[in-house]
Amino acid sequence: MTAEEKAQVVLRLDGITKRFGALTANDTINLTLRQGEVVALLGENGAGKTTLMNILFGHYVADAGGVEVFGHPLPPGNPRAALAAGVGMVHQHFTLAGNLSVLDNITLGTKGLWSLGSGKSAARAKVKALSRDFGLVVDPGAKVGRLSVGERQRVEILKALYRDARILILDEPTAVLTPQEAEALFATLRRATALGLSVIFISHKLHEVMSIADRCVVLRHGRVVGEVDTHTTDKTQLAALMVGGELTLPRAEARTPGAPLLSLERVSTPDRGAVPGLKDVSLSLCAGQITGLAGVSGNGQAALADLIAGLALPASGQLALRGSAVVGWSPRVALAMGVGRIPEDRHHTGSIADFDLTENAVLEAYRTPRFSRRGWMDWRAARRFAEELIKGYDVRCPGPDTRIRLLSGGNMQKLILGRAMAPDPAILLANQPVRGLDVGAIAYVQSQLISARDRGAAILLISEDLDEIMGLSDVIHVVSQGRLSPAFPRGSVAVADLGLWMAGQGFEGGRHAA
Amino acid sequence: MSEVIDILISASFWAAVIRIATPLILATMGELICERAGVLNLGIEGIMVIGAFAGWMAVYQGLPLWGGVAVAMGAGMLFGLLHSTLTVPFGLSQHVVGLGITLLATASASFAYRLMLPEVTSPPKIEPFQPLDIPVLSDLPFLGQAIFSQTALTWAAFAMAGAVALVLYRTPLGLAVRAAGENPAAVEAQGLSVTGLRMGAVMVGSGLMAVGGAFLTLSAFSSFFFEMVNGRGWVCIALVVFGAWKPGKAVLGAILFAAFDALQIRLQQTPIGAVLPYQLFLAAPYILSILALVLMSRRAEVPAALMVPYNKGER
Repeated sequence: MTAEEKAQVVLRLDGITKRFGALTANDTINLTLRQGEVVALLGENGAGKTTLMNILFGHYVADAGGVEVFGHPLPPGNPRAALAAGVGMVHQHFTLAGNLSVLDNITLGTKGLWSLGSGKSAARAKVKALSRDFGLVVDPGAKVGRLSVGERQRVEILKALYRDARILILDEPTAVLTPQEAEALFATLRRATALGLSVIFISHKLHEVMSIADRCVVLRHGRVVGEVDTHTTDKTQLAALMVGGELTLPRAEARTPGAPLLSLERVSTPDRGAVPGLKDVSLSLCAGQITGLAGVSGNGQAALADLIAGLALPASGQLALRGSAVVGWSPRVALAMGVGRIPEDRHHTGSIADFDLTENAVLEAYRTPRFSRRGWMDWRAARRFAEELIKGYDVRCPGPDTRIRLLSGGNMQKLILGRAMAPDPAILLANQPVRGLDVGAIAYVQSQLISARDRGAAILLISEDLDEIMGLSDVIHVVSQGRLSPAFPRGSVAVADLGLWMAGQGFEGGRHAA
Repeated sequence: MSEVIDILISASFWAAVIRIATPLILATMGELICERAGVLNLGIEGIMVIGAFAGWMAVYQGLPLWGGVAVAMGAGMLFGLLHSTLTVPFGLSQHVVGLGITLLATASASFAYRLMLPEVTSPPKIEPFQPLDIPVLSDLPFLGQAIFSQTALTWAAFAMAGAVALVLYRTPLGLAVRAAGENPAAVEAQGLSVTGLRMGAVMVGSGLMAVGGAFLTLSAFSSFFFEMVNGRGWVCIALVVFGAWKPGKAVLGAILFAAFDALQIRLQQTPIGAVLPYQLFLAAPYILSILALVLMSRRAEVPAALMVPYNKGER
């Protein structure tokens, strides 16, 4: 390495090792970052990406190894020192206070606690200048709680820039963005690197890594398994590195759909605070068809999911099952009519954390004669059922008496999937079924959805991941501000067009026949 | 109805309102600081008792009145330290610790009283704060008696409320305290200590609560009785909610409650008081406060991390 190249190194991680009990989350990881470059940290969930960045930023203390920023070692476990050294981190879960203004969130901690006055006008001017320089448009006086997810991310980036960060770490920054918002973020990052900043970009989305990063470091099971120049590699090669072998996600083949099993006719639901309800939505779920619902979260997906799950009633319009209007719609009626449900939040609505697998397995069916008679539970039958699910759906766990909170997200989701699939539902609501799962679990869950479709189920797939929507859906709708786009049959629409609909374009100019 | 109007236009009524509101304002500001930092302090009732006792006892032992106030504040901060040690670094249930502190502080006051005054049947009196004579203003007709006839401690209480608002909204420290109650992870990410901020807020808040209690012995009355705090601490917790966690609105709430209280005392002595049972009058301020609470706090923005212990490194 020549002296000139060496001078450019802004960050060096040297032999970082971190163990959590028996698990080695990071195993002697080395990484260098040079000025003005974007390095992607690629890996599946649980590969150790976030742990590594938390060590760099001082949230965790490494068991071994050291961090050097601009040639100076960073004291471990001290976020303040990391900030002072010019490291800024945008966490996957934003660390913003919703009740405070954008400006308050940005300036928090930048002035000595005991200094008088807030210096708001100077701060406002600096934020405005940064907004302009980096193309990060946001109103400094707005309350963060009222901002969209994309805007909140801009606040997080501004927060780092306001502290004169020279190294930006972005943890899964695009997970919550529309394709257009992601493009805007990339534009911001390109401006930042042009101004001499360096960026670490954590992701598991290959196409993003390919488009923004100069170099890519691949992590698997806590180890660096490869470091490649993105200009000399391709997605297939990266994917193979990431999962340690070839793995292809299932793609559903086209089929002719059957009769509509569940239909909404001009349904509207009330808004919930800032989250819009459905606006005059008509939709049919047909047998043997996966209907994909794309959209940025918080645009009415929850209202639609609640409606189908029986948790809500339409304020106006009609809900019909197999052609006849439903009466007394409720979760219990929905289950009885053959609606299977994979809820959006497996931790809070899909399971009861401190119940064991047996209890969680029968949560939706405990009243059926199979599991209870004359008001008494038949725990033996319930346990047998749980064992069937564990075996049939490959739930990796110590046994049916394990509390479900101890399972990984993927295994928890497999149990919930099995619970929903066991009664062979005619209609299946799959709300974000693979969110937060690793590639192996994603492939499994998606193949199960496809085989349920092939058995004749009508499936509504709600997802923010366009790749997932495009790969599985027979027809695609986009939801934006509670309005539903027309149906796009498989292969008739490009990602960019879906992105425009997600951003609310196309809805103007009258109602579309859906 | 004319009785009510007669009361409302009397100067002594308004003087009483401000006097009754003073301890409420002090203790409400204390609770508000704790809750803004994310800690519910149910020790407030007991801390007011210990403040009332410690301040009075210090003055009885020969300290000047302001010395009594300082002793009360110190005693309150000590219990605040105990509360925050248990609830912040150890992350214990804020409900259980708070109620425990109330029991402990109340019993400590009682124990110390018996220990220090073993032979006494009725509590000794001290010379309390006297109304401050302000040139010109105190001589104004009506206003002079209604507003400018208060003791220094009352003026201090109102000044303190202003100071709390100023610090919370206009200084980096206040911003950090509010952020600790909204999203402690955001505070941590900026390299500030959530533990330090929360413990500091609870200690300062508890000190203010104790001064609120001390107002009762050092200014409102001249002696100490065990039942004298009489649920004021719980009222203050409601006042924080009523004020939507904002100092200005909380002060208004305290004045409103005090007005109901002053009104009911006076109404008992009118012909209406002869007809209706007195318990109804005693309950009136609370009932009206509950109604006001329901109406006012609908759209209040609760500190998002209130009662959520923060453990560093936990996701």
